[in-house]
Amino acid sequence: MAELSYREAVAAGIAQEMRRDPDVLFLGEDVAAAGGVFKTTEGLLDEFGPKRVKDTPISEQAIIGATMGAAMTGLRPIAEIMFSDFFAVCWDLVANQIAKTRYMTDGQCSFPLVIRSANGGGSRFGAQHSQSIENWAMAIPGLKVVAPSTPADVKGLLAASIRDPDPVMFFEQKSLYSVKGEVPDGEHVDTLGAARVVCTGTDVTIAALAAMVPRALKAAKILKSEHGISASVIDIRSLVPLDTQTLLKSVSETGRLVTVEENPRLCGWGAEVASIVAEELFWDLDGPIVRVTTPHVPLPSADSLEDEVLPNVERIVRSVQRLVD
Amino acid sequence: MDRVARFKLYRSMLECRGLEKRAYDLFMQNLIKGTSHLGLGQEAVAAGFGTAMRPDDYTFCTYRGHNHTLVRGVPMTAILGELMGRACGLLRGKGGSMHLTSTQHGAMGSYAIVGAHLPIAAGAALSAQYRKTQQVATAFFGDGTTNIGAFHEALNLAVVWRLPVVFVCENNLYMEYTPIEQVTAVKNPAADRASAYGLEPILIDGNDVDVVYETALAAYEKARSGDGPSLIEAQTYRHGGHSRADPGKYRPSEEVEAWLARDPITNYRARLEKLGIDGETLGRIEADVQAAVDLATETAKESPKPPLEIAGTDVWADGGAEWRN
Repeated sequence: MAELSYREAVAAGIAQEMRRDPDVLFLGEDVAAAGGVFKTTEGLLDEFGPKRVKDTPISEQAIIGATMGAAMTGLRPIAEIMFSDFFAVCWDLVANQIAKTRYMTDGQCSFPLVIRSANGGGSRFGAQHSQSIENWAMAIPGLKVVAPSTPADVKGLLAASIRDPDPVMFFEQKSLYSVKGEVPDGEHVDTLGAARVVCTGTDVTIAALAAMVPRALKAAKILKSEHGISASVIDIRSLVPLDTQTLLKSVSETGRLVTVEENPRLCGWGAEVASIVAEELFWDLDGPIVRVTTPHVPLPSADSLEDEVLPNVERIVRSVQRLVD
Repeated sequence: MDRVARFKLYRSMLECRGLEKRAYDLFMQNLIKGTSHLGLGQEAVAAGFGTAMRPDDYTFCTYRGHNHTLVRGVPMTAILGELMGRACGLLRGKGGSMHLTSTQHGAMGSYAIVGAHLPIAAGAALSAQYRKTQQVATAFFGDGTTNIGAFHEALNLAVVWRLPVVFVCENNLYMEYTPIEQVTAVKNPAADRASAYGLEPILIDGNDVDVVYETALAAYEKARSGDGPSLIEAQTYRHGGHSRADPGKYRPSEEVEAWLARDPITNYRARLEKLGIDGETLGRIEADVQAAVDLATETAKESPKPPLEIAGTDVWADGGAEWRN
């Protein structure tokens, strides 16, 4: 096991797959010579050269369009959209073209591609550089949606996404980039559509994604030590495909579910999870399903304001306490 | 130009005309539902490029794409069947008139959101360049596309990366209902933009199939020699309205008459006769094409509706549509 940062795990995952498969190309703004604005792709240009690691103009439609065209003609491209907020200027290519073309063509076309993007808040960047947009992607049939919370998952899930035959939206939570963690040595490839039980408890299941996972874990520790409440924490990891079995099993054991979502309230992934649990486990529940989310507002910039709206450890603890008591 | 090429061009235009006139009739008989965008009058562009390209080249066209799909060798039955929503349809009814695709013929799709396919074609060209296959990608689009961002993003990227892609603007003078000149800063919507990307302005008579064919050959030669993209504006005219819902009444009758007199097919027939090809030979080709259209129509009419279960297939590469376990 080597210790890598979440940031270093990105380049490690891409490099592992580029070494293995010459059809893997990587393109995006400032990704090659500059190594990425978040320094997530340093060293890739040196190792793989400008034919495979390509700086693009600030042209998100061209980036995603070129990625799609390359994927449907035999390559396995990876694109970077610098901030996930920028998907708004190339959403046609994602939502109408990449997501739908396999279906519309009766399965003639394949899109083995990955679009990576820095997603989420906590960096004081304001409303247009901080959004959690995984629920935008989740709402469209034809896109797989992955959001890792640890360096090991960044590498393993990124490798799995690159090898996957379908288009994968890979959301890296930008406030986690400096977080370090153990990453398995040698080739590391994970599985899409498998949630992880991070800790096991008996009173409540807390389901979280990306940056909300470490917060949920901290909350679970406080709940245990200060309030005597035993919580399971599940890292969802992949929204599409969604590992409902792990989730349903946990909730059937604890009888309670709290989701912790960074996205604004309406139609966040937790709403879908809550609806599945309500439909399929209603009679096993010991209380209402509770969603902890960012309120339905754009994210503010000032640290005090942003901290106020993003789900924090204290709010998770309070919400669980209220539910269990 | 040799006789064989001329016969091919004439036959190709006749096939387009015959197929689309039949599509119009079938629409009037309510055998085709939804909408259709006919290229009646614009056949010389599809025929000229289709005849000039290699069988393994890639084409990307718009929702007005019946002709561009047909010229790649896609059977008429499959096209008419798709328009009629039958099991024999090219996409078994999952795409429809606006999404005709046959990857085995290099027809990489018909795109119904204006501009989307230009960067996608650039991506296919990037793939061909990377794989060193000497393939060229062609994107056909209307005059209205020249005012959307994806046009400019794709051109810039294609020039910067010297991609083997040919951008073909079919300027039929109207976006949908509005004359393109009323809403565009320059007179020739594509050709006048070429210099902004360091490209030679190429403005041709899109109703003269010989001119189109020669222009296409030159652009393909340039692309295959590694000299990068071309942007070609072909001036033409659609004989009907924008789509089935549009009778095209906004066009002055003198204008329509003047362009009907420039019909690419009747004029080409006259040229061939002048070149000494007897009417009997041409009549044989015409009868042949008509018989093919009739046979395709009958075959498509006899085809059943698609099996209902395919509505839930091919979202993913495994053939299914599952999003959870």
